[in-house]
Amino acid sequence: MDSNTLYYSLDLVSVNGFTLNIEQRAALQTSMVILKINYKFSRVLFWGKIVGIKNDYFIAQGVGEDELSRTCLYSFNCMDWHLLPPATEAMIGEVAVAVKGRFVGDPSHEYEHTEIQNHGEGDETLEDVVTVKVNEEKRLAVTVYTIDKEVSVVPRGACIKSPHGTVQINNSFKGLTPSEAAKLSNYLHFSEPRTPKTKSILEMADLNPCIDFLDPLSEDNPKGSWSMQSEQGATVCVIRSLLWLGLTFFHMPATPMHGYIYMGHGLKNLDLTFML
Amino acid sequence: METPDGAIYNQRQQAAMNFKAFLLKNSTKTNLNLYDHLARLLTKVMDERPENAVDVIEDMSREVKRSMLQAQQSALRDSPVPTARHRLAQLQKSLFSQRAADDGDQGDELVETPLPNVAELSFFLEQAGVALGREEMQRIFLALKQLVDTQPLQRCRLWGKILGIEGNYIVAEVEYRDGEEEEEEEGAEEAQEDERERGAQEEDGETVEVVDPLPKSAYKPPPAVPKEPQHSGTNKFTYFVCREPGLPWVRLPNVTPAQIIVARQIQKFFTGRLDAPIVSYPPFPGNEANYLRAQIARISAGTQISPLGFYHFGEEEEEEEEGARDSIKENLDFEGIPVQEMAESLSTWVHHTQHILKQGRCTWVNLAEKAEMDFEEDAEEEEKREEPDEPEPEIGPPLLTPLSEDAELNDIPPWSTRISSHLIPQFAIAVVHSNLWPGASAYACGKKFENIYIGWGLKFSGEGYTPAVPPPPQSEYPSGPEVTEAVDPSVEEERALKAALEEQRAAQEENEGLEMDDDEEEDD
Repeated sequence: MDSNTLYYSLDLVSVNGFTLNIEQRAALQTSMVILKINYKFSRVLFWGKIVGIKNDYFIAQGVGEDELSRTCLYSFNCMDWHLLPPATEAMIGEVAVAVKGRFVGDPSHEYEHTEIQNHGEGDETLEDVVTVKVNEEKRLAVTVYTIDKEVSVVPRGACIKSPHGTVQINNSFKGLTPSEAAKLSNYLHFSEPRTPKTKSILEMADLNPCIDFLDPLSEDNPKGSWSMQSEQGATVCVIRSLLWLGLTFFHMPATPMHGYIYMGHGLKNLDLTFML
Repeated sequence: METPDGAIYNQRQQAAMNFKAFLLKNSTKTNLNLYDHLARLLTKVMDERPENAVDVIEDMSREVKRSMLQAQQSALRDSPVPTARHRLAQLQKSLFSQRAADDGDQGDELVETPLPNVAELSFFLEQAGVALGREEMQRIFLALKQLVDTQPLQRCRLWGKILGIEGNYIVAEVEYRDGEEEEEEEGAEEAQEDERERGAQEEDGETVEVVDPLPKSAYKPPPAVPKEPQHSGTNKFTYFVCREPGLPWVRLPNVTPAQIIVARQIQKFFTGRLDAPIVSYPPFPGNEANYLRAQIARISAGTQISPLGFYHFGEEEEEEEEGARDSIKENLDFEGIPVQEMAESLSTWVHHTQHILKQGRCTWVNLAEKAEMDFEEDAEEEEKREEPDEPEPEIGPPLLTPLSEDAELNDIPPWSTRISSHLIPQFAIAVVHSNLWPGASAYACGKKFENIYIGWGLKFSGEGYTPAVPPPPQSEYPSGPEVTEAVDPSVEEERALKAALEEQRAAQEENEGLEMDDDEEEDD
């Protein structure tokens, strides 16, 4: 969520239980202004918190020209920010193999995974011991990247694709109407679209290529991986991801206010299919 | 007369007029024309002078069109549709009304009310990084007040909030004043059981009508572990839930050991409807209300903690045979533990809720004895056979065990401690979060402490959830000659057999005369 609106939007997403305490909020208001100037971001977003066993990571994102390409930073005290390496395919693979269990809260903590690979056939079997080492900073980068890719949410119309191909904030977005806000199809994944367009012409007729360049949440698999409710006396529309427990999106219907935050353990809910 | 210039001029004018006519042409659909529209749009631009007008011109154009449509549609007046928000607001309005009766005898009430101080709780929780939003907390506060006003309660506490897919539950933990408790729910349960039995009988009735009744199963289910009585063990407190502040509070039924045992084996999200069925394997005995109650019992047992020394065992140290003391009292001499110490060491925190045993109860019962009493004859026979299998009594950790003795799960320590402020540690509070039950937290500050749970009501398993394996299939009937199907003999074989028999018979008749039987069976 945008650092400028953090003051009131944090209260709206705190329905999950987690929030920031006053000290952290105050610190964020100060440090994110500095962050914006130092890194020459056009705006700074507070992304969320990943709870570790010993320490918690606070994560901020800076946005440059294109809304979709974001730079991630992490901090322990909401004051001193460190740049996260961008997640690469190789890193994602390594993390997937080596990492197990909860975050510890120490970026240099090493996860190790040893695997014995067999080569050759018959009597000439060679045993290779392959050790994959990943430190927690890499894991953090991959986790943030994956969460953004899989479950970041934006209401339909809030972002537009400009003729230059960059994604920008739609200044004339005035919010979804209350009846629109109750439909999951009016919320889109805020990441590069994954599914090829397989819609019928009839469905395509209602879509606007500069708004509907993202995938709607309603087409996710498995069905029911989102929980949608109105909270705080039905003033806010809150969407929670059941795949990544801790991701909360809020939108106040009829206002342009929207945003998402992740506050959780940084673990994907792989048991989802059993739990519905 | 016409110079070429004039001709060109005329031609241009003609073209311009043509184009203007084209612009003025009304659309067959909307009866608007572009000329007027552009005029209006440019007027709007001149009036409003937006920044970067060229970027937003499309939106402005759309707005101009929309505003024209709205003007035409005003013939019918809308009747306001009551939205969900409106309905909820109407319900919550009652929370804010001050009743006249309250003003009268406030003197005693103010002192004795069991209402918890949610405002203070909210203040501390926010420092701990746990919150529901200040306004929401205030609404919950008012809803709890409503609960206290309508029920004869001795003690009331905000237990927490459980999130569900469609709705959430706000949970209040209460204790009735002595003797004033309504026992309605017991009756209801008996009625349910009666109904179940009746249902079973009806089914039996139907089967009797069939000419050839199916064989009845001789299987007897193992005796159910008896439920713990009210005010003890897992049923020590009564729980009320409501979906939103302002909606009615619903009392949850008491929990049975069977429900706890099954709840341990399943991972299910709550839906937010108390009457929703729980579709799971192993099948859960009850609906979501029972599941919710079972999870509340498990979470309470696992995560309700207090600073060391806040509670102590009663003065008269009754040494019972089992050694399990289940009553604790508030220690009036408790001085408080320094926050720094509480935030660093887990041994300064103790559990003050009884551990639930594997049996699903806090105090162990010997099921074998009970079986004996129930069906004496059967049991006696069984006893003879299974005498040495006297079950070992299960013993859990005693009350007030420090957290530092909790078992680790997959190398993950069960608790994480935090301090609310590193910058001003003098006035900070100590916070403990549970890693086994994500969402359970506790804070302590001086003599004050509180536990709260805000989460999905699910235990962190560490590894992927593996559903329980179905029991092994029943072993088949031992195959013997009487149940084995033999291959039918072919015609030739039958003939050969007959011929052989004939010969034999002839030989027998020749030899001894009269012995006829025992061959017929073999013919088949």
